[in-house]
Amino acid sequence: MLTYAIATAFGIVSAAILLNAYRLFQGPDVLDRVVALDTMNINAIALLLLAGIWWSTDLFFEAALLIAMMGFVGTVGISRFLLRGDLIE
Amino acid sequence: MEELPLYLQSIIAALLIFGAVFAFIGSLGLAKLPDFYMRLHGPTKATTLGLGAMLVGSMIYFSVTKGSLTLHEILITLFLFITAPVSAHILSKSAIRSRIYDSTGMVEEKTRELF
Repeated sequence: MLTYAIATAFGIVSAAILLNAYRLFQGPDVLDRVVALDTMNINAIALLLLAGIWWSTDLFFEAALLIAMMGFVGTVGISRFLLRGDLIE
Repeated sequence: MEELPLYLQSIIAALLIFGAVFAFIGSLGLAKLPDFYMRLHGPTKATTLGLGAMLVGSMIYFSVTKGSLTLHEILITLFLFITAPVSAHILSKSAIRSRIYDSTGMVEEKTRELF
């Protein structure tokens, strides 16, 4: 039962990543693409959690934590570059 | 995966499906809503509710299979719940700064007062 549930959650999160890719290609502005990439980071963390439960290993959580931290740093960096014109004044 | 008892499998499966459905709803709002600020409103829900439920399910699974309480996922949960409002705030500030207007015209009036 848990196997079918994890497979279904895989499918749903993959459809969410496809919707984010649609917004990434069709966004009218740069910031729409930034939000789409941030949401793709979130969905990649979800996929890594599901893979860690699927193989019942503990190795995926460091990767998920790294994606969370680096995704936040990238989003803030691009947003500050668009806000100020440069990162470090 | 090992043979867990059925009620634990049901709890974990319900949490995982709930979280995946909420992540999909947040991404659907990102794809379908007409305005940038509305589109910014969607993925914050995908982050908090969707990933929160999936992390709780993962925490229950690993606590049961290892036989002891494992709290690795608390790190990811805490980091995401701290950083999601910060990134949304900075994104909306850059949107106002780069003159992205909404469809109702409220942001335009406020921006004319600012600049």
